Amino acid sequence: MKIPSSIWTLLVGIGLTLISLWYGQNHGLLPAAASDEAVLIDGLFNAMMTVSTGIFLIVEGVLIYCAFKYRRRAGDSEDGLPVEGNVPLEILWTAIPAVIVIGISVYSFEVYNDIGGFDPHAIHESPMTQSSMTMPGTAIAATLNDTPGNTAPNLNQEKSDEAMQDPATAAVRNAEQIPQKQNAPGVGSVAPTIGGSPEKAGKPPELVVNVTGLQYAWIFTYPETGITTGELHVPIGREVQISMTANDVIHAFWVPEFRLKQDAIPGRQSEIRFTPKQEGDYALICAELCGPYHGAMRTQVIVEKPEAFAKWMQEQVAANTDTLNQAVALNPADLSPHEFLTPYTKDMGIQPEILKQIHK
Amino acid sequence: MTQAQLQETANFPVLVPEPGERHWRDYFSFNTDHKVIGLQYLVTSFIFYCIGGVMADLVRTELRTPEVDFVTPEVYNSLFTLHATIMIFLWILPAGAGFANYLIPLMIGAKDMAFPRLNAVAFWMVPPAGLLLIASLVVGDAPDAGWTSYPPLSLVTGQVGEGIWIISLLLLGTSSILGSINFLVTLLKMRIPGMGFHQMPLFCWAMFSTSALVLLSTPVLAAGLILLSFDLIAGTTFFNPTGGGDPVVYQHMFWFYSHPAVYIMILPFFGAISEVIPVHSRKPIFGYKAIAYSSLAISFLGLIVWAHHMFTSGVPGWLRMFFMITTMIIAVPTGIKIFSWLATMWGGKIQFNSAMLFAMGFVGTFVIGGISGVMLAAVPFDIHVHDTYFVVAHLHYVLFGGSVLGIFAAIYHWFPKMTGRMINEFWGQVHFALTIIGLNMTFLPMHKLGLMGMNRRVAQYDPKFALINEICTYGSYILAVSTIPFIINVIWSWLYGKKAGNNPWRALTLEWMTTSPPAIENFEGIPVLATGPYDYGLEKADEGVPLSDPDPVLSGGPNSVLRAEPDPAVAANPEDR
Repeated sequence: MKIPSSIWTLLVGIGLTLISLWYGQNHGLLPAAASDEAVLIDGLFNAMMTVSTGIFLIVEGVLIYCAFKYRRRAGDSEDGLPVEGNVPLEILWTAIPAVIVIGISVYSFEVYNDIGGFDPHAIHESPMTQSSMTMPGTAIAATLNDTPGNTAPNLNQEKSDEAMQDPATAAVRNAEQIPQKQNAPGVGSVAPTIGGSPEKAGKPPELVVNVTGLQYAWIFTYPETGITTGELHVPIGREVQISMTANDVIHAFWVPEFRLKQDAIPGRQSEIRFTPKQEGDYALICAELCGPYHGAMRTQVIVEKPEAFAKWMQEQVAANTDTLNQAVALNPADLSPHEFLTPYTKDMGIQPEILKQIHK
Repeated sequence: MTQAQLQETANFPVLVPEPGERHWRDYFSFNTDHKVIGLQYLVTSFIFYCIGGVMADLVRTELRTPEVDFVTPEVYNSLFTLHATIMIFLWILPAGAGFANYLIPLMIGAKDMAFPRLNAVAFWMVPPAGLLLIASLVVGDAPDAGWTSYPPLSLVTGQVGEGIWIISLLLLGTSSILGSINFLVTLLKMRIPGMGFHQMPLFCWAMFSTSALVLLSTPVLAAGLILLSFDLIAGTTFFNPTGGGDPVVYQHMFWFYSHPAVYIMILPFFGAISEVIPVHSRKPIFGYKAIAYSSLAISFLGLIVWAHHMFTSGVPGWLRMFFMITTMIIAVPTGIKIFSWLATMWGGKIQFNSAMLFAMGFVGTFVIGGISGVMLAAVPFDIHVHDTYFVVAHLHYVLFGGSVLGIFAAIYHWFPKMTGRMINEFWGQVHFALTIIGLNMTFLPMHKLGLMGMNRRVAQYDPKFALINEICTYGSYILAVSTIPFIINVIWSWLYGKKAGNNPWRALTLEWMTTSPPAIENFEGIPVLATGPYDYGLEKADEGVPLSDPDPVLSGGPNSVLRAEPDPAVAANPEDR
C-alpha cells in the first residue's frame, strides 16, 4: 500500500520538531550559568537553538533530498517541469520567517528588560562635567546652567592613577604608550548599559565595584572600603554594579559564566549590574582587542558566600592600609620633575642631565 | 592647407585601436575592454586570496597551541589584521567587481561598460593599494589594530602601518565607488531595447542593489578614515578621548560602511547562484521577482543595521532594540532567496558538475551563517558572544561558506565562456570535496569555542580550548591544500582544456549567445530577446542545443531561441558605426 505524501510530510514534521526540541535543551554548548542573568539568557539561547535546529534540518534535508531524487539520469537531456513560482507558497515562506524573527525579537526584548536593559537610569544623558564647563565656547551654556559642575573627585580615575604608580602594574604595561596620561579628562560621559532589573530599577545596587581596564590588567576598587585589588571578589546573591572605564584603549569586561559583556571605553563610564548565583572561580576576560598581549589580559572573579566575602574584605582593608603608606612614600609630588620624568624619558633618548637643565 | 583639405583631414578615419585583448600583454596594460578588466580583477583578487590564505594559516598555526610559540604577539596581530583586510577588500570585493565587469555588458547585450576608461582606472587602483598594504609587512610596521582599527588602539600602536592601512583602504574605497557608478549607469542606460528590468538576469539585479549600497555607504567609511588619519597624523582629537574625542563615533562611522560591506560581498554571489542553479537544474528560477526584489530589500535594510556590532559598546538601551529588530528582519529576504533556490532544484534535473556542487555547497553552508546571524541579532545573547569565536565562526560561514563558495561556483560556471575551454570536472570535484571538508572542520567547532568563552584576536588562550583549536588548525590546512587542485586545473584547462563551444550548458542568458571567449564588442549587431533568461522547459525554449553538440554554431546558432540577429537599424560594417 502506498502511503500518501501528506502523511509522510506530517511524520517528517513531527520527527523534526521532536529532534529540535530535544537538541535545543541538550546541546551542551554553554558554560555553567553563574548569575541570575545568565539563566535568562540561556533560556533565550535554547529557544533560538530549537528553532535553528529545525530550520537547519529542513534546508539541509531538502537539499540532500533534491540531490538524490532529482539528479539527472544518464542520457536524459530534457528540461525539468517549468514551475516558475507559486504565490501562496512564497507568501507562506515569507510569513513563517517573519513570524519567527518577531517571536525571537519579543522574547529577546523580554529577557533584555528582565536583565535591566531598560533601567530608566540608563536613559539619562551624561552629566556635564567640569572639564566641558571650562572649555572655550561653553561660557553661555555655563551661565544658563544652575547646577554646579560635578566637583566630586572621581574615584575611578584616582585609583587608576594610583595603580599606575604601582610597580607591579608598570611591569605589565608599557607606560609611554598611553597618550598624555596626566592630561586625561575625568570620566564624564556616563553610558550605563545593563542597569537594574525592573524590580530593582531605581534602587541603588547592594555593592558597587569600580573597574579600570588598562593594558594589560584589570584594577578593581571598592569605593565603600577604598580597597584596590587585582581580582574581583563578589558575594553570592547580592546585586553588584560594575562601573567601568579604561585608561588607554578600549577594553571589554567579560565573564563567560555571567553571560555579560561591556566595553570599558576611555573617557566614558559604563555600568552593568548583575547578581552572582553560583560559588566558584571564573575567568574575567578582556574581549576587545587592546594590543599584542590582549590574550593575556585576564584575571579571576571569585564568587563566594557572603561570610567569606566579608572576611576577604577585612583582610584587604588591613593590607591596603600598608600599601597606601608605601604609595604615599612614592608620591610624585615629593619628587623633582626630572626625577619623576626620568623613567619615562629614558627610552626616548633624553638624558637626565638635559631634563635637569630644562627644569632649572 | 585649404579649408576643404582641412575638413578632409579632420574627418579622415584615423586608425583607432579597438579595445580588447589581442595578446597576453593586454592583460598587463591599461586596456579598456570590460572582459579584459573583468579577468584582470579576477586574477588579481585570486592572487590576494592566496596571500590572505597563507596569513590565515599562519594565524591558525599560532593557535594550534595555547602558548605564544610560533610568532610574536605583535606579528600575530598584524597577521590577522592583514588577513581580514586582504580577504575583504582585495579578494571578495574585487572578485565581485570582476564578475560584474565581465558579465554585465554581456548579459544586457551591450558592447562595453558605460565608461570604459573609468572602469580601467577603477581596476588599476587595486594592485597598488594591495601592494602598499603588503609592503607594510616588509617595512616592519604592519597595521595591527584589527581590520576594524578602533581608536584609541589604532592611534597608539604602529603609526606607520596604520597610515598605510588608511591610504590603502581609501584607494580601494575609491575604486569601488568608481566601479559602482559604472555598473549602475551601464545597467540603467545600456540594456538592449526590449530588455526591461524584469527581463534582466538576476545577477544584474544583484549588482544593481550592490552598487547602490556601495554608493551610499562607502563615502561614510572614507570620511571616518580621513578623520582617523587626522587624529593619527595631525594630532586632532576627533576620536581620541585624551582631547575630548569620542571613540564610539568612529565605530558608528566604520560600521555604517562595514556592515553593508557584508552585503556588498554576498549580494553579487546571491546573483551568481541564481544564475547557476536554474541552468544546471534545467528549471526556471522559482520566484524571479521575489529574488530580484529581495536583493533590493537587503540593500536597503543593510543600511540600517550597523549598530548591532556595537551592542556591548556605548549605545543607549533603546537603540539596541531598534537595531535588533532591523537585523532580524533582514533574515526574511535572505530566507526568500534560500527557499526559492531550493524550490528551483525541486523537480529539476540536476547536473552535478563543479559549478552546481559549489552552488549547493553555498546554500548548505550559507544557511548556517544565516541562522547564527539571527542569533547574534538577539541583544541579550549577543552580549555574551560578541567578540568571541562564535562571531568568527558566523562570519566565516557567511563569507567563506557564502561569498567564496559563490566565487568558485561562478568561476566553474563561466570558465567556458571566459576561456573558450571546459574545465576539468574531476579535479573540480576534488576541489569541492576538500573545500567543504576543510571549511566545516575549521569553522564549525569555533561556534563551541566562542560559546564556552574563547575571545577572538588572541595569540594565547586558556589551555582547555586546545583540542578544539587543534582541530580547527588542521581544517585550515585542508582548506589551504584545497586550492592546489583548483590552481593547477585552471591553468591546465585554460591552455589545453577541451574546446567548450559557445553554450556548453545550454543556458538562455545573453552572455551565452556569442562566441567563447566573446569577441571584441561582444555581439555582432544588437542581440534580440526571444525568451526570458530562465525559460527552461517551456515550449518555446524546447529546441535547445543538445548537450553533446560537438560544434555549436556561432551566436547561439539556428537551434537557439536567443539568436543574436544583426539589427537592420545598425549598419553591419563596423567602419560605418
